[in-house]
Amino acid sequence: MESDDDYYEDDIDPDDYDDGHNFDNEDVEVDEGYLGESSVDARISSYNPDLGDDDPYPYECLSADKVVGLMNEIIREVNDIVNIPSTTLRILLAHFNWDKELLLEKYYEYEGNQERIFAEAHVISPLKSKSLARRKSGRSIEQACEICCNNYSSSFMTGLDCGHSFCKGCWSQYLCTKIIDEGMSQTISCPEFECDIIVDDAVVMNLITDQKVCRKYQHLITNSFVMCNPLLKWCPAPDCHHVIKVEYRDKRPVKCECGREFCFDCGESWHDPVLCMHLRKWLKKCDDDSETSHWISANTKECPKCQVTIEKDGGCNHMVCRNQACKHEFCWVCLGPWDPHGASWYNCNRYNAEEAKKARDLQESSREMLQRYLFYCNRYMNHLQSLKFEHKLYARIKRKMEEMQQLNMSWIEVQFLKRAVDVLCQCRQTLMYTYVFAFFLKRNNQSIIFEGNQADVEKATELLSEYLERDVTTASLGEIKQKVQDKYRYCDSRRNVLLRHVHEGYDKDWWEYIETS
Amino acid sequence: MAFSQKRIQKEILTMTTSPPPGTRLVTETMQTTKEFLVEVHGAQGTLFAGEQFKLLFKFGDRYPFESPQVMFVGDHIPEHPHVYSNGHICLSILTDDWSPALSVESVCLSILSMLSSCTEKKRPPDNAFYIRTCSSNPKDTRWWYHDDKV
Repeated sequence: MESDDDYYEDDIDPDDYDDGHNFDNEDVEVDEGYLGESSVDARISSYNPDLGDDDPYPYECLSADKVVGLMNEIIREVNDIVNIPSTTLRILLAHFNWDKELLLEKYYEYEGNQERIFAEAHVISPLKSKSLARRKSGRSIEQACEICCNNYSSSFMTGLDCGHSFCKGCWSQYLCTKIIDEGMSQTISCPEFECDIIVDDAVVMNLITDQKVCRKYQHLITNSFVMCNPLLKWCPAPDCHHVIKVEYRDKRPVKCECGREFCFDCGESWHDPVLCMHLRKWLKKCDDDSETSHWISANTKECPKCQVTIEKDGGCNHMVCRNQACKHEFCWVCLGPWDPHGASWYNCNRYNAEEAKKARDLQESSREMLQRYLFYCNRYMNHLQSLKFEHKLYARIKRKMEEMQQLNMSWIEVQFLKRAVDVLCQCRQTLMYTYVFAFFLKRNNQSIIFEGNQADVEKATELLSEYLERDVTTASLGEIKQKVQDKYRYCDSRRNVLLRHVHEGYDKDWWEYIETS
Repeated sequence: MAFSQKRIQKEILTMTTSPPPGTRLVTETMQTTKEFLVEVHGAQGTLFAGEQFKLLFKFGDRYPFESPQVMFVGDHIPEHPHVYSNGHICLSILTDDWSPALSVESVCLSILSMLSSCTEKKRPPDNAFYIRTCSSNPKDTRWWYHDDKV
């Protein structure tokens, strides 16, 4: 464990700090060179754990309109090559989950037999549809709509290239039902029974008059485009209609224009250092009722005979099961049958009886699991709660900064406070997820180092938090500034050491995990 | 709803003048056009020959854009692998594969053909569990269409 020193590096020479006025150059260079290229500004804006050697992760935040533009661009691109109507092409692309390479590959693989590709995507081949579509156009006699049974002139009847036609009123109602009630968009087929030809977007937009339905339809199309494109992801914030576009898929933090930062891979809040898989398990565990059953098993006992659950709320240890069919008499302490206890009921001396021991062991292990969970959950919740008050803290700090400016400090001089809150929040967020990580972690030498790092960040973060709570007075101003700056730099560097160590562990397979139920 | 009235009238007309063989729309007790009762006679030469069942159709406001609720009612429910003992029918055209171009007539035909092609009189394997847990509206069930053979 030669590397211990690195990770336990506590003492940072204050001389390493500049005086805090030069914010642009303020990178934290105090620790073993783990922090390199990225500037502080970049870090704040992308809130990246910026672990020195990590590659930048380029991404773009798109509005819904831009996503539509992107979709049309893909259609245009493919259309330049295959030259089929864009409405048909859209259905074809949707069929191939917007994988244009796959579409082109298939398109040319079926060269000469391209009917097949159209049939698989449930569209009429545009190569032969012309003749079909015009089949009925010559006549202008009255026709009965098969759905509403009314007669209409053929100009009011319409249909797809499959040849089934219905009146425009029925079409419109049919599409509304499919879009609004069933949430369908690119898989709506012709209303005719067993006709699977898909309705293209131009037809839908033509036949729907209600703007609300149109918007829903467009939203559904955009949504299906985003959902099947692995490089796109909706921002998970409620009511945010932005999409993040990446160049390659990875477990990396991305930040939406709305301010929400999330893991591109799993869509949860950015959760370094814990893995998506473990976070998912953890969140499920927190939501689950399974913890109720944990409580039951830790705080109640079962009747050794009929297994009914008993919570003892007082009284002596001589238990008589209330289950009328059972009425078993046993000792609450050792769970053994009552008979041998005789008169010594107040002092159970059958502590090692085989049977009783087994029952107690089971109880014990369940209690221990609950303790373990509660331990980590408590700490996780504590940081989560603190983070929820984040905006309050920012508001208070803003007031404080204004106060300080009235005490003859310049705007630039008081910015350290905002930076301190940024760091504080980052530390809380990281710490919160380290408890999830720790919950699944099996104890080994590296986990002990991890816990040391974690304790260190935890302690420093609480101190920083305390400094930020203190009142600012003229006399203490210089001193407080120095202290706050020292502390947040320390926090930030230690947070990076902590993350670094966990990442290194992932690379080198140090971590072993416990099996959880 | 005004819209589906014409359609319903037309369906009544079809079902009274030229119903599918073995079916009869019960008009004597008909109170509203929102519910149809149809008598179904098992076809000759099939397992259900000589038996008579009652099918209840209920039409919602959005019929024919949404499928009707269809189930067997009365004392005699056919013993068929796709018919539960409470009368619910597992038939894809009644939910997922419904099309507004289908009608009472076509549903009757499908059910007749389902009965006629039956080779063994028995209930669905999950009958006991299903009838205890299902909703009274068969359309609320997420049907899992076992097979198309029977």
